[in-house]
Amino acid sequence: MSDLRHLISIADITRDQLETILDTAQELLPIARRERLSVPTLRGRVVCNMFLEDSTRTRLSFELAAKRLSAEVMNFTGKGSSVSKGESFKDTALTLNAMGVDCVVVRSHSAGAPLQLAGWLDVPILNAGDGWHQHPTQALLDVFTMRQHLGDLSGRRVVIAGDVLHSRVARSEIQALRLVDAQVTVVAPPTLLPPAISDWGVEVVDVLDDALDGADVVYLLRVQRERMRGAFFPSVREYARWWGMDDRRLARLSRDALVMHPGPMNRGVEITGSVADSQQSVITEQVTNGIAIRMACLYLLLSGRQATPSEVTAGSMTSEKSPETTTERLA
Amino acid sequence: MNESSNTVLFASGRLLDPATSRDEIVDVLVADGKIVEVGAGIEPPDHTTTIDCSGQWITPGFVDLHTHLREPGFEDAEDIASGSAAGAAGGYTALCAMANTNPVCDSAAVAEQVYRRGRQVGLVDVFPVGSISHGMAGKQLVEFGELRDCAARVDFFSDDGHPVADSLLMRRALQYATAFDVVICNHSEDPALTDGAQMNEGAMSSLLGLPGWPHEAEEVIIARDLILADGAGARLHVPHVTTYGAVELIRIAKQRGVRVTAEVTPHHLMLTDDLVRSFDPVLKVNPPIRTQRDIDALQEGLSDGTIDAVATDHAPHSPETKDQEWEHAPCGMLGLESAFGVVNTQMVKPGLIDPLTAIARLTTGPASVRDVGGHGGAIVAGSPANLAVHDPELVWKVSASQLQSKASNSPFDGMELTGKTIHTMLRGTFTLRGGIVESSATSPS
Repeated sequence: MSDLRHLISIADITRDQLETILDTAQELLPIARRERLSVPTLRGRVVCNMFLEDSTRTRLSFELAAKRLSAEVMNFTGKGSSVSKGESFKDTALTLNAMGVDCVVVRSHSAGAPLQLAGWLDVPILNAGDGWHQHPTQALLDVFTMRQHLGDLSGRRVVIAGDVLHSRVARSEIQALRLVDAQVTVVAPPTLLPPAISDWGVEVVDVLDDALDGADVVYLLRVQRERMRGAFFPSVREYARWWGMDDRRLARLSRDALVMHPGPMNRGVEITGSVADSQQSVITEQVTNGIAIRMACLYLLLSGRQATPSEVTAGSMTSEKSPETTTERLA
Repeated sequence: MNESSNTVLFASGRLLDPATSRDEIVDVLVADGKIVEVGAGIEPPDHTTTIDCSGQWITPGFVDLHTHLREPGFEDAEDIASGSAAGAAGGYTALCAMANTNPVCDSAAVAEQVYRRGRQVGLVDVFPVGSISHGMAGKQLVEFGELRDCAARVDFFSDDGHPVADSLLMRRALQYATAFDVVICNHSEDPALTDGAQMNEGAMSSLLGLPGWPHEAEEVIIARDLILADGAGARLHVPHVTTYGAVELIRIAKQRGVRVTAEVTPHHLMLTDDLVRSFDPVLKVNPPIRTQRDIDALQEGLSDGTIDAVATDHAPHSPETKDQEWEHAPCGMLGLESAFGVVNTQMVKPGLIDPLTAIARLTTGPASVRDVGGHGGAIVAGSPANLAVHDPELVWKVSASQLQSKASNSPFDGMELTGKTIHTMLRGTFTLRGGIVESSATSPS
């Protein structure tokens, strides 16, 4: 795991690295769930949340993850920052470097921005979503959530439905699921599929009804109403009829099958309210698990090693840069 | 720079002269700005500077149909002096300066200013390109007649990166152009199909999550323009062809007798969109670098004459504009100083094109598209001594910061190319000598 310098794309990580992140998240889950208090692991470290695109959920999740590891968190958002005042992205990056942060969590409207940042800064870069490109922690928390319910995902059928073209979640998700040998079926209007999706090792089906047989997970992607204006589909009604998850379709799934969504949901478009709130929906679990996954990523990128069960339970997880924390104990 | 009165003998070089189809080892004697004699075993007169060219190629000076010199208006990225120096370093003696300056080259006043500044710098001859519409706004036609009649003799019109999307305006431009026998060059892109586009649409854009630039966006406009040019009997030039489908459209049109010419850039002959994985904005260009399948078709088209010319689309940008997120960075890359090396490395060395044809695409090909005052023409006694000498075996590494251009946005930075221009001569005066660019004829105004 020590060779993971940044987390920018799922395409960059190995199966072993993915397993390490998930195992670490499992160890940290009690803290994420507040069954245990924060640990002093990253005390004295500064994590910069550089959010250059509107985001509430993901930014809060990263902030909580850093704080539960006792890191200092510096929030830097696009609207109030120098970026919107005309300073270049590169100058902003070099300023952060000069200020001496230990890790940058970056969300950007621009695909590739985290990779550019990694070229300019000397610290680990954690991609919190860049354009339509990648959202690796979302994919990791989703695989983590699926495993909690289904165990080994090898050979399991995951249906991903919706706007794959504009979705960074879909790109990361499909790569992560392929990494753990799950079978992926993609369902979307042809206008919302990226060209050359056939290269991705997935099955492509036109309408949701034709994809549900034997599905272990139905993962709905957010469909923005603005896409209608771009003539990607004619109307919300038409979209919901062919690609929306409703009670009738839920009834066709096995009882153990899961319904997932990365949020924020458009109730009544890609998912009805009753499906979102059903027994089979694990959407709120995804949110909690997200904190554990982000703690694990921060921990591994900043400490360069994996947490062991004893470290967490004994409360002796330590920061290499903060030897004074080694004697501190969990309350 | 008083060497125009000197006598120079280029000895024992391989003459590649497309205008006369000569490909043989000869001596070329130059005096008083003109070629005096071409042949074997020339006895040099007294006080002749003899340059041994054995193993090297002697060619006409190259002609670039598509150069952004950025002056007037954007001199932070390039100006006529630095762009001319880049041209001289690349073996060029004639550059066609694109119209997207500020002010736009839509009047005789701007065209003559650019033309005269080129002459004043004296490293290459600069031939301005006029815009098709005033301010390149796609509304009102420019006075083609006035520009053709002015001192800069503008017979080539383009709205540069602004495609003439309105079919009626394009039809009228082509019809009107026939009155003065000028050439219409339209950037081939249907803007409705490229809204927000960032790179070639395909497997790589899908993976990287960048909005794609479909090949259809280029091909529908080329198809439309070929049909409109055919109907009007007008001369159409297709700039920077990039897709295999576009090559096929132009091939068929030429067979049917449409008066069309076409160009391809060095970068589209060499670079694929796989490189965009790095998200390095230096690789962002319009039209975008595409796939190996497209490269194969472009190379075939250049070899068989479907594509008439290699044109650089040399597009300098200052580092601060390129050092941004990919989506915010401007399109364009440098090309003048690496064009010969790219064509030689990519096509001549692997045997995809013979040396004489390759040189034709850099000289007579572009010179057939528009009037460039005799550049690219025959190396025969009595003609102006506009020529270049190249070492086709010299292996060199491109270093973007070492280029003559003010900017450094070369996509070839760090790559090894085979083939480099050693000397360039404009009307008998060295502009590049032993790989060193001569200082310009006059100091900048």
